[in-house]
Amino acid sequence: MKLAYWMYAGPAHIGTLRVASSFKNVHAIMHAPLGDDYFNVMRSMLERERDFTPVTASIVDRHILSRGSQEKVIKNILRKNKEEKPDLIVLTPTCTSSILQEDLQTFVDRAKIESTSDVLFADVNHYRINEFQAADRTLEQITRFYLEKSKKQKVLDLKKTEKPSANILGIFTLGFHNQHDCRELKRLLNDLGIQINEIIPEGCSVNNLQNLPKAWFNIVPYREIGLMTAQYLKQEFDIPYLSNTPMGILGTSAFIKEIAEIVKKKDPTNSFNFEDYIEKQTQYVSQAAWFSKSIDCQNLTGKKVVVFGDATHAASITKILAREMGIHVSCSGTYCKNDADWFREQVEGFCDEVLITENHTEVGNMIARIEPVAIFGTQMERHIGKRLDIPCGVISAPVHIQNFPLGYRPFLGYEGTNQIADLIYNSFSLGMEDHLLEFFGGHDTKKGSVKKLSNEDGISWSIDGLKELDKIPSFVRGKVQKNTEKFALEKGIQTITCEVMYAAKESVGA
Amino acid sequence: MASISSESLTFECETGNYHTFCPISCVAWLYQKIEDSFFLVIGTKTCGYFLQNALGVMIFAEPRYAMAELEESDISAKLNDYKELKRLCLQIQQDRNPSVIVWIGTCTTEIIKMDLEGMAPKIETELKIPIVVARANGLDYAFTQGEDTVLAALAHRCPEVSLVKNKNLSLEKTKVNEIFDNIFNFSKKSKEEEKQISLKKTEKTNNHPPLVLFGSLPSLVTKQLTLELEKQGITVSGWLPSERYTDLPCLNQEVFVCGVNPFLSRTATTLMRRKKCKLISAPFPIGPDGTRVWIEKICNVFQIKPQGLEERESTIWKSFENYLNLVKGKSVFFMGDNLLELSLARFLIRSGMIVYEIGIPYMDKRFQSAELALLEKTCSMMNVPLPRIVEKPDNYNQIQRIKELQPDLAITGMAHANPLEARGISTKWSVEFTFAQIHGFTNSKDILELVTRPFRKNQIEDETGWVKLVK
Repeated sequence: MKLAYWMYAGPAHIGTLRVASSFKNVHAIMHAPLGDDYFNVMRSMLERERDFTPVTASIVDRHILSRGSQEKVIKNILRKNKEEKPDLIVLTPTCTSSILQEDLQTFVDRAKIESTSDVLFADVNHYRINEFQAADRTLEQITRFYLEKSKKQKVLDLKKTEKPSANILGIFTLGFHNQHDCRELKRLLNDLGIQINEIIPEGCSVNNLQNLPKAWFNIVPYREIGLMTAQYLKQEFDIPYLSNTPMGILGTSAFIKEIAEIVKKKDPTNSFNFEDYIEKQTQYVSQAAWFSKSIDCQNLTGKKVVVFGDATHAASITKILAREMGIHVSCSGTYCKNDADWFREQVEGFCDEVLITENHTEVGNMIARIEPVAIFGTQMERHIGKRLDIPCGVISAPVHIQNFPLGYRPFLGYEGTNQIADLIYNSFSLGMEDHLLEFFGGHDTKKGSVKKLSNEDGISWSIDGLKELDKIPSFVRGKVQKNTEKFALEKGIQTITCEVMYAAKESVGA
Repeated sequence: MASISSESLTFECETGNYHTFCPISCVAWLYQKIEDSFFLVIGTKTCGYFLQNALGVMIFAEPRYAMAELEESDISAKLNDYKELKRLCLQIQQDRNPSVIVWIGTCTTEIIKMDLEGMAPKIETELKIPIVVARANGLDYAFTQGEDTVLAALAHRCPEVSLVKNKNLSLEKTKVNEIFDNIFNFSKKSKEEEKQISLKKTEKTNNHPPLVLFGSLPSLVTKQLTLELEKQGITVSGWLPSERYTDLPCLNQEVFVCGVNPFLSRTATTLMRRKKCKLISAPFPIGPDGTRVWIEKICNVFQIKPQGLEERESTIWKSFENYLNLVKGKSVFFMGDNLLELSLARFLIRSGMIVYEIGIPYMDKRFQSAELALLEKTCSMMNVPLPRIVEKPDNYNQIQRIKELQPDLAITGMAHANPLEARGISTKWSVEFTFAQIHGFTNSKDILELVTRPFRKNQIEDETGWVKLVK
């Protein structure tokens, strides 16, 4: 048992449902107690979905505890088959139903006989894998199922497209800025003269899955979800895949260079000049390269920040901050424990320390200890930041509704670099404000300082001290007060006078 | 379709395939209500994920609730539940020092048959902290019924010594409370004053047996309802739940109890059977009509002639005029998810609306008998057909019926609200009725405020022509 207040990744069935409901005309049936269909609320609220979420529950109640599901699950599958005529019905277990140890596979097999829809059982262990791992698995399971089906029916056409083409694997409902990223990726590939073969699962029909092998290569923009499918397609059909994320200027150009290699290998006659394209985009389309040279960004040099999120976003943002903006990343971390090795390798050399944890209090403690100037993290880090009075830019799921913006906000590609530059710059205090902070000695340079010193250590302020404190602009007053008290505490001073304040300012400046 | 019988209420029961919140959500409002409590939800990641997402921002405010997240080793009984729970409760005790820890049993603890009721007393003795067990799981209950299970469990912890009758003993109890207060750093003076004032009041008012109200309401609303009864010379000797666990009301065979919410049937049963209290069956104080009859029924039991209630009700109705013009003649469809549906429907019919269907998770005809009678009376008074009441509704079928009936308003959960709006059906999110202050004369306005919001917004949509936004 674990005392938990908050979690970064959801339970396994959420992952399965995200895959199923991203496909067109696929229905998921959860074997779950009343109230477990909260996924529908999230999709309807966060994504502001106009259509009914194609997820229903086959309710597990008291009767099922005593006599088992018997015909109920099968009936529900057949009913959905009749009502909605989906191409595929995915039966999804939940943590509750999985301990009932009912043979759901048998229900699926029996329902298949009568159903005109295909029926699959999402085989995920709720106590071992999380939302992302389950989504990754389910996507692979569905892809494999349809490719094998086409193979059996001998309709699988393995001929490659004439022009270079790619599949994008892993665009999902409820994914962090997924829709915008997808649009940006399409634009990028279009610029490179590469056709989009299929995008899965978002908006894709399962009947199109048999087209997957026609692509020259696969793109997995986020390594949490889609990698298993890419590996399967590589193994089975020898389709190469890219799992590097085109985030940031350097990340995007590396991504394009990799595509160039794949394309040129297959078609040496391809005349597109990728280098020129990268150069032009970097110079003129993306403002991020210019931004990092501008004096605005100069002010950010060496500032201490902390990064935390899923493996893809945390690693990419860490690299952008360190390589492209000269910002000092004190700690970079991820909650994707299963991908810890990859993550460590990616951020090595770009940060002082690496934190791999699913426990948000550990992250909070790390932030309190480091006292960064800004945080780049999930919604949880944003709230930690609020409590500690440190600004935070949200760069990764888990997210709130404000992270589903209506405007165009990709994180990937060249437009993504602009968005990220804005996000990073806006998260820091602005330049002039910053000078004022310096001027009044508002920076914490001491290690291991204690939060909230005021009125706890018997330190009092004299009247003239307070008067002097009042002269300081309000937005830095708290910090100056804190630093002065810290100084007084170290020196063993009981009452803070004007002189003590000046001395404190000097000592911080030194 | 919709051949509604107008002679007597019809009850139907569908498949139970409907969307509602999991009953563990009750911790959200109960931990705020009972200030010295800590709620420990013993369940899986699924439960945690639900709480985290459903309660949104609250989760970041160091709430006094947490998950005891079961892991594989707990499920396969490799770990000892007793030791694990004791370890977590000890940690909670050290970090937060609550006066009570409430264990919320979930579906998983039911299925693996974790003996929470058996373990609680042992850990309670060892850690010297009360542990209350409530099985608020999705196998048996829906949404607000979670509160019902917690209050039923709390009822067992209410002292039996009467405060009014046996003053010596009750004073002794006050002393015990004082000691408690000292421990928890609460001002004992104000406590003492409060007690004295309440004792004085008891002497002043009409001589009637003690009355305890049950149902968790924001303290402002409990105060309003208490005052409303005081005007009739009725003293409320206590509320279940009280604001602090250490102040639970006394319950015994002399105490009359009355519910303020329609989903509290288990609590009512427990109070009657275990605590031998006498239940006053009344409609619920939702809407001025409901509030008036609620007060009248209580007065009636105590043989008090209600004073000035008629005028009070009619003044409230008059102040609603603007809202009533908006809702008059409009139709409503309740999909059903929080058990407030019957009372709300009754109030809306009285406000001039037509109700097509009242979906409701669970219908306790005995506990809701007075409310049902008032609904029938209201329908005949307003000369509208009786709505159909659908227990354990089937959301899919309901959507088909909504498509056919095209109601002016569907009161529904968030899962269906946006898709219905996109199809030109105005909706109101049902959960808001659970969290808004809707009880008593004063707050009835809030119900209409909620109900009319889509209508007021529609006035904008009429001008733009953006009604249906799906293909």
